[in-house]
Amino acid sequence: MSALDTPPVTTLDLDEQGLRAVNRTLQEAPDGARFAVTSPGGRHAIAAGLRSAIEVDVHGHAGYYCAGMNQAATVRVHGNVGVGVAENMMSGRVEVHGTAGQSAGATAHGGLLVVEGDAAARCGISLKGADIVVKGSVGHATGFMAQVGRIVIFGDAGPALGDSIYETRIYVRGAASDLGADCVAKEMRDEHRAELAALLAAAGAPDADPGDFRRYGSARTLYHWQAP
Amino acid sequence: MRPSATFDTHTIAEIQRAAETGIYAIRGFGAKRAVPHFDDLLFLGASMSRYPLEGYREACGTDVVLGTRYAQRPLRLDIPVTIAGMSFGALSANAKEALGRGASMVGTSTTTGDGGMTPEEREASDRLVYQYLPSRYGMNPDDLRRADAIEIVVGQGAKPGGGGMLLGQKISARVAEMRDLPAGIDQRSACRHPDWTGPDDLEIKIAELREITGWQVPIYVKVGASRPYYDTALAVKAGADVVVLDGMQGGTAATQEVFIEHVGIPTLAAIPPAVDALQELGVHRNGVQLVVSGGIRTGADVAKAIALGADAVSIGVAVLIALGDNSPALADEYAALGTAPGRYDAWHEGRDPAGISTQDPELEARLDPELGARRVANLLRVLTMEAQTIARACGKSHVHNLEPEDLVALTVEAAAMARVPLAGTSWVPGNPSTSPGGPQ
Ligand SMILES: Cc1cc2nc3c(=O)[nH]c(=O)nc-3n(C[C@H](O)[C@H](O)[C@H](O)COP(=O)(O)O)c2cc1C
Repeated sequence: MSALDTPPVTTLDLDEQGLRAVNRTLQEAPDGARFAVTSPGGRHAIAAGLRSAIEVDVHGHAGYYCAGMNQAATVRVHGNVGVGVAENMMSGRVEVHGTAGQSAGATAHGGLLVVEGDAAARCGISLKGADIVVKGSVGHATGFMAQVGRIVIFGDAGPALGDSIYETRIYVRGAASDLGADCVAKEMRDEHRAELAALLAAAGAPDADPGDFRRYGSARTLYHWQAP
Repeated sequence: MRPSATFDTHTIAEIQRAAETGIYAIRGFGAKRAVPHFDDLLFLGASMSRYPLEGYREACGTDVVLGTRYAQRPLRLDIPVTIAGMSFGALSANAKEALGRGASMVGTSTTTGDGGMTPEEREASDRLVYQYLPSRYGMNPDDLRRADAIEIVVGQGAKPGGGGMLLGQKISARVAEMRDLPAGIDQRSACRHPDWTGPDDLEIKIAELREITGWQVPIYVKVGASRPYYDTALAVKAGADVVVLDGMQGGTAATQEVFIEHVGIPTLAAIPPAVDALQELGVHRNGVQLVVSGGIRTGADVAKAIALGADAVSIGVAVLIALGDNSPALADEYAALGTAPGRYDAWHEGRDPAGISTQDPELEARLDPELGARRVANLLRVLTMEAQTIARACGKSHVHNLEPEDLVALTVEAAAMARVPLAGTSWVPGNPSTSPGGPQ
């Protein structure tokens, strides 16, 4: 797209229009539309339920469930977010240019979540296929019961990393001193370095070296319990 | 030769089984031991001081509207009996389709379950409630927007505080794909929601779901009966349109036996406290509807639940029996599984000869969804007609006009729990203004 083709940015002010009106506009916008959302004021469910390939910049801090259940849209938050950013995202891209509260990317099925700062507890809980890249550290029980998808952590992982994990792959550059039940360190093979390099590039960190990361995943000892 | 009441046959067998296998018992069905229930209540038909209505001739309404508080499209049902959430995975696709079609034939709703919505089920169901569970298996915003109502599952009567289980035998390729799990593993669903904890968070979660679905459809909150007064009050405070209250007798596809029989309170005991909460908040029969489930089998049960304050009821095990579960026609096959008609509860094993609680294509093919639908519709019709029969006998032109005043109890326990007089007395145990000897 040349500069001339780029559609103008429409500004939606949450104080002026209120959440319902702003979300409705975003949810009904055609592919390619661009929006700046102002005065977020920590409101919850900002830009939740988007379903077209639009671009949204949220200027300020958002509350719970920002960009929840995102489909196709690109949402950039220039501030911090509360619990459950991009929860159950299906596709698209969500960037947090700040820190994220608990359960970032919970149960997300697809798309990419990038957190420039830290993410609190239960990041990527019950992940179902999405990718999450956290450039800071993460809180406890990150990747709890995570099923599919990948979680990349530049900093340190809190206690009980990957507790009861299924097939999600977790990559950590900092310390991961306390692994949860059934989570183990695994060998970094070429295919893992390759997928990690692609994730780092997608997350805007092409210079990070995949060789500095370790891989964690399921020992698969909890997959079967002996039942009568 | 004297058998022990303490160590009865079942208890002895269970100790022996535990000693042999080293693992607790898992099974389907609901609680099997006797607890105070609707059978312990009776209706006072009309006589000198009340006029009955003519059966067949005089109208007795059965319609119910769920979700009048916030939803732009409340759910309108022709009958006060709905089909409870049972997962595709626990049940075969044919069973789910039969339930949807059967519900549609009589103008009521059916519900998805812990495993997501199948296209067959959506297609077959005029009114489909979409469960939003801790596991979020198969949860996606497209299905959410396709739903006629959303039910946030906090808990289930068979196991308040527990998550679902589905053993490997039932994790077929399709089930595994819908749940994003490896095929064949023994799956244990989360028991807590991944992105909210407590009623204050739930309020924010409900608001998010409404934002995503444009405030169109009702949002229910389902709880297993344990602290119904507080749970109901908190669900209302969090913004629920409908509270679904599932008593301890409620069915399950697979749960530890110790959980089924020992956690939660009976349906009968759970209704009055929930109604108290709704009344105190000014929303009973006025904004927030109460749906009750757990051991509902007959139209008398339906009428009793409504008389105690429910707006509608929900049924699980009874519709599976209607589909053909535990049928005497399968006696030989049950015998081969070491059980008998009327006792079969190994729904977790996936070898159901009736084709209901299985993912085995050959077994599933035994269940004809069309025939199953007719049987389900028949049961739902009978439950409704029975409830109407009782309502008319009590002089009510709508089943919702039934009230606690129409009921008495057969036992002191049931009288205390249901807060209605012991039959033949005016005594409501626990109510100091009544006494055993007072007028009736
Ligand atoms: C086979 C089966 C599967 C069930 N699956 C679910 C489920 O996925 N989610 C849920 O909330 N409850 C589930 N339940 C519980 C029902 O929704 C309902 O609460 C219960 O069956 C009501 O009690 P009743 O069976 O005595 O009518 C299941 C019950 C059965 C029998």
